[in-house]
Amino acid sequence: MRDMFRGFGAVFYKEALHVRRDFTAMFFALIMPLLQMVLLGFGIDTNIRQINTVVLNADGRQESRELLDRLKNSDMFHIEKYVQTDQQLNDEIIAGRARVGIKIPVDYSDRLIHQMGAQVLVLIDGSDSSVAGQAINVTTAIGLDESLRRALVSSNNFAVEMRPKLLFNPDSRSPNFFLPGLTAILLLNVTTFLTAFSIVREKERGTLEQLFVTPVRPMGLLLGKLLPYLVIGFFELCLIVSFMRFVFRVPIHGNPLLLALFSLPYLFVSLSLGILISSKANTQLEAMQLAFLTILPSIFFSGYIFPRETMPFVFRILSYFVPAAYFINITRGIILRGAGITHLWVDALALLAMGIFLLVIAARRFQNKVIMA
Amino acid sequence: MSEISAAKNGAAIVAERISRKFGHVQAVCDVSFRVEKGEIFGFLGPNGSGKTTVIKMLTGLLPLSAGNASVEGLDVRTEAEAVRERIGYMSQNFSLYNDLTVSENLTFYGRIYGLPSDRLKKRMNEIIELNGLGPYLTRLAGQLSGGWKQRLALGCAMLHEPKLLFLDEPTAGIDPVARRQLWDLLFELSAHGITFFVTTHYMDEAERCNHVAYIYYSKLIADGTPAELKRLPDVQPQGTHRVEIATPEVTRALRIARGIPELRSATIFGESIHALVEDKFDQQSLRALLQKNGITVTEIRPLTPSLEDVFVELTYKHKTLAEAASA
Repeated sequence: MRDMFRGFGAVFYKEALHVRRDFTAMFFALIMPLLQMVLLGFGIDTNIRQINTVVLNADGRQESRELLDRLKNSDMFHIEKYVQTDQQLNDEIIAGRARVGIKIPVDYSDRLIHQMGAQVLVLIDGSDSSVAGQAINVTTAIGLDESLRRALVSSNNFAVEMRPKLLFNPDSRSPNFFLPGLTAILLLNVTTFLTAFSIVREKERGTLEQLFVTPVRPMGLLLGKLLPYLVIGFFELCLIVSFMRFVFRVPIHGNPLLLALFSLPYLFVSLSLGILISSKANTQLEAMQLAFLTILPSIFFSGYIFPRETMPFVFRILSYFVPAAYFINITRGIILRGAGITHLWVDALALLAMGIFLLVIAARRFQNKVIMA
Repeated sequence: MSEISAAKNGAAIVAERISRKFGHVQAVCDVSFRVEKGEIFGFLGPNGSGKTTVIKMLTGLLPLSAGNASVEGLDVRTEAEAVRERIGYMSQNFSLYNDLTVSENLTFYGRIYGLPSDRLKKRMNEIIELNGLGPYLTRLAGQLSGGWKQRLALGCAMLHEPKLLFLDEPTAGIDPVARRQLWDLLFELSAHGITFFVTTHYMDEAERCNHVAYIYYSKLIADGTPAELKRLPDVQPQGTHRVEIATPEVTRALRIARGIPELRSATIFGESIHALVEDKFDQQSLRALLQKNGITVTEIRPLTPSLEDVFVELTYKHKTLAEAASA
């Protein structure tokens, strides 16, 4: 059993020396994810506000102006332009200068006064589905509210009133939602990429071949390569999480120690994946391309951007094979929902199993490796 | 299998009809040889003829497609693990870690072989002493010159006191002084009973080996001591001998000499011509012929063939045979 891991200590020692010697490269590897986090954290706001709106107010009297004020006050619409004709209204939307067009008919006030039911046309650019969805919801709600106000005259309360309360992220702050997921993606930079490169570099130099002529065993070699990067990955995680907590002020509702503990199996999977890539790639360029191939599913099928529940069946199945999906569940669970070990142990276990599986495959590939000149 | 068992008492390497195919390409075909303990075995051949493949098969990096081989009495097919403990290997590109210092490289390889720290320390001191690496211990391997890289690589390969060392083109790209020093070192180690398996392109290095073998397009076509090879009938056919013709005008003299029917082949070496001639060749008539053309001949004297002559003759013969077979 001890024999299976032969050479582990020596490889670990050497790998630690490499890391120490190439300090600048490591420094940038660690800093890059933080820069990305700053860009994405400040740059992306998933809350939709101030949609550019064009208005054709054919009525122009007080009632119509009141309606427009209410739309403006919702903070959802920014009235960018008033136009005079239907043609102009359409052009503004087609040109992309406005996402929403509102047309108030000439008889709007008259119909309200005579209680005949007035209609307002709302044109919405459907090319961005989240903007369109929000615009529909808010305009309908304002219309409904306006109608009720007029129908109930004044004193009476609403018969049914919905009081929504957002749990865990009461202000709907984007960073709170975005950054815990981003953590999982950013970690891949210092795990999958670094391990893949460190082994492929040895292939390029010919030192890997040299190692195979020594009694070192594949498992010893691979674990010796993996462990130093596990330490680095863990350090990076602490860096990212502190950054998220203290720069972006994302509150951590759960236990940070549990987050640290459960990040280990995720780091392990990502590192093993890097090792598996290195068993296939012969140059650093190939390794880079393969590693990018693994990053895409981590972004798109992990629930980081698109909720897994709404994915088509096939992709949903696929998402069960994406390690980031489990880890995103863990980070969001602990950071946002205050989840504990009882809620998340299955995800951690799944990650651990995946990691062992990948590492064993990689070790077998190295074992059977026929090295050519 | 009888050869294999005999290897237990004597030979460092026994290869019996080993072959290796890559797809349809036969990289090594039916190669057999035997290397005795303590020998410096020179393995020669043109690029791409299968030298490195043979080393890889003997060190367990590549499985054999056919045949049997034993190294230090161990079967490379079934006991590759144990073989690796007993051998050292230095590849042509001196597989060192350029961003590690000399002593870190040594320490790493020592630990890979599982040397306990007191023994590692002792061995490192011995190697540093032997290879003269002392002044460079804290220098990064990447900053060493070719000669020092090669000494370090050799040091790394022999930390664990292997009885057999494979050196794949150890002197490629090394200056002549460093080459000479390496060979002095090899002889010293060989005197202590270490066996060397060395590939090289340099004929002067081949001449230094106790035992040489020549592989040509996947087949072994010569195997023996340098002296034995020089006496091969293919190299020195019955009724012929070699002469050296010294003259200041070698190029013109060669052109004229080739007109003589008794001259089988000839080539220029500096200020003289090396020629294979039939025994009935008459020195005086050649002298006269050249003199008639205004060329003075300083000396004509008998010559023993060099290993280069040997390999040129053998290569030429096998090429003609192969062409005849394919025609």
